[in-house]
Amino acid sequence: MDKNITTPITEDISKDLHAGDYVYISGTIYVARDAAHKRLMEVLDHGEELPIDMKDSTIYYMGPSPAREGQVIGSAGPTTASRMDKYAPRLLDLGSKAMIGKGKRSPEVIDAIIRNKAVYFAAIGGAGALISKCIKKSEIVCYEDLGAEAIRKLEVENFPVIVVIDSEGNNLYETAILEYQNM
Amino acid sequence: MRTIHTDQIIKTVRQMCIDANLHLSEDVKGAICGSIETEKSPLGCQILRQLEENMEIAVSEDIPICQDTGMAVVFLKIGQDLHIEGMNLEDAVNEGIRQGYVDGYLRKSVVRDPLQRENTKDNTPGIIHYEIVPGEQLTITVAPKGFGSENMSRVFMLKPADGIEGVKDAILTAVKDAGPNACPPMVVGVGIGGDFEKCAIMAKQALTRNIIERSEIPYVKEMEEELLKKINSLGIGPGGLGGTTTALAVNINTYPTHIAGLPVAINICCHVDRHVTEVI
Repeated sequence: MDKNITTPITEDISKDLHAGDYVYISGTIYVARDAAHKRLMEVLDHGEELPIDMKDSTIYYMGPSPAREGQVIGSAGPTTASRMDKYAPRLLDLGSKAMIGKGKRSPEVIDAIIRNKAVYFAAIGGAGALISKCIKKSEIVCYEDLGAEAIRKLEVENFPVIVVIDSEGNNLYETAILEYQNM
Repeated sequence: MRTIHTDQIIKTVRQMCIDANLHLSEDVKGAICGSIETEKSPLGCQILRQLEENMEIAVSEDIPICQDTGMAVVFLKIGQDLHIEGMNLEDAVNEGIRQGYVDGYLRKSVVRDPLQRENTKDNTPGIIHYEIVPGEQLTITVAPKGFGSENMSRVFMLKPADGIEGVKDAILTAVKDAGPNACPPMVVGVGIGGDFEKCAIMAKQALTRNIIERSEIPYVKEMEEELLKKINSLGIGPGGLGGTTTALAVNINTYPTHIAGLPVAINICCHVDRHVTEVI
């Protein structure tokens, strides 16, 4: 089913999304990948305040290529989400409601998704040029020294993603494969 | 004896890094677009069409096909009658990579130390493989390799008794485990034989082969074709979201090995199987 949603993704929105839905996201989302997550964990470990508000936030696992003059951003497709599995439950428990990436998630992340009524979306891996066209604004929020791994705030319009794991823990990666096996 | 200057190598490698990240070779492009006709999943077809559109945008707007513009893997075939003057050859190749990644607005994805992880900010050093061959030419292949798929690659040190079935099982296991993480449809590069590192390098080289051409060894050709069919019946599909296009090709390279061993390396590449070759 095709759906259009606007961030912030509240529980009302996330509960209405089901594995297999094709969703166009508009609004503000944050970008963070490996090194940024590591720093966020260090901030939490020190009992300090995070540089971004986690409540109902959407985190896109991505590290863009540099923008040329006149471009908002360079190529901007998803990176493998499982590398963030170690960190994701903690951010979900702090109120983050959605993650965008690609690839499988750990049982701990899936539990945290169910516990927090969150959602995991897959964007199309390797379609970075296409996805860059949905990004209307991009600014670095913090950790600029990390280069492509800095935390960014994006304004997106109709960013195409697919619900892979929904708030009930249904997992499209597992069900879709069975449907097309041995065809 | 022929002489070339390293300035020419720098200039060539620079341009190859940029080209490889903006344009896929015709064989890979053709395989992606061709699979739209055969894919059985409607969502899979939609994703393949988006990959096609992505390639068009990359070329028309100078945006890399994928934001992971890779670690630059460079194969050099150096004619033994060629003399290279100027700077150290390795420095020249790295200078070409540096210029290509900086001038081409490509992502800098290399960290200086694997544990301390400070970005080198110019994507150097590359991974450079040297081979001395007859003649007086220099053949350069640049293959920027993304790590989503690299991370799903495997080496299996099988026993001779495992035989061909053991090899096929190892390849299918690697592909199944890679699933959606490796951005399918993937290209599967396989090296069989040699030793621990030789099979891995062969698997990487197999990814730089034209994906339409099959092995010249009849039984290897058969194995490539059979495995492609089997991989495409795993159900993984485009993006791992279900479908019948899981791989575009299986390319297998082989080499003699030891009486006690059967090494197999599977180097998985996403659909952005980038490689360009130039002869100087």
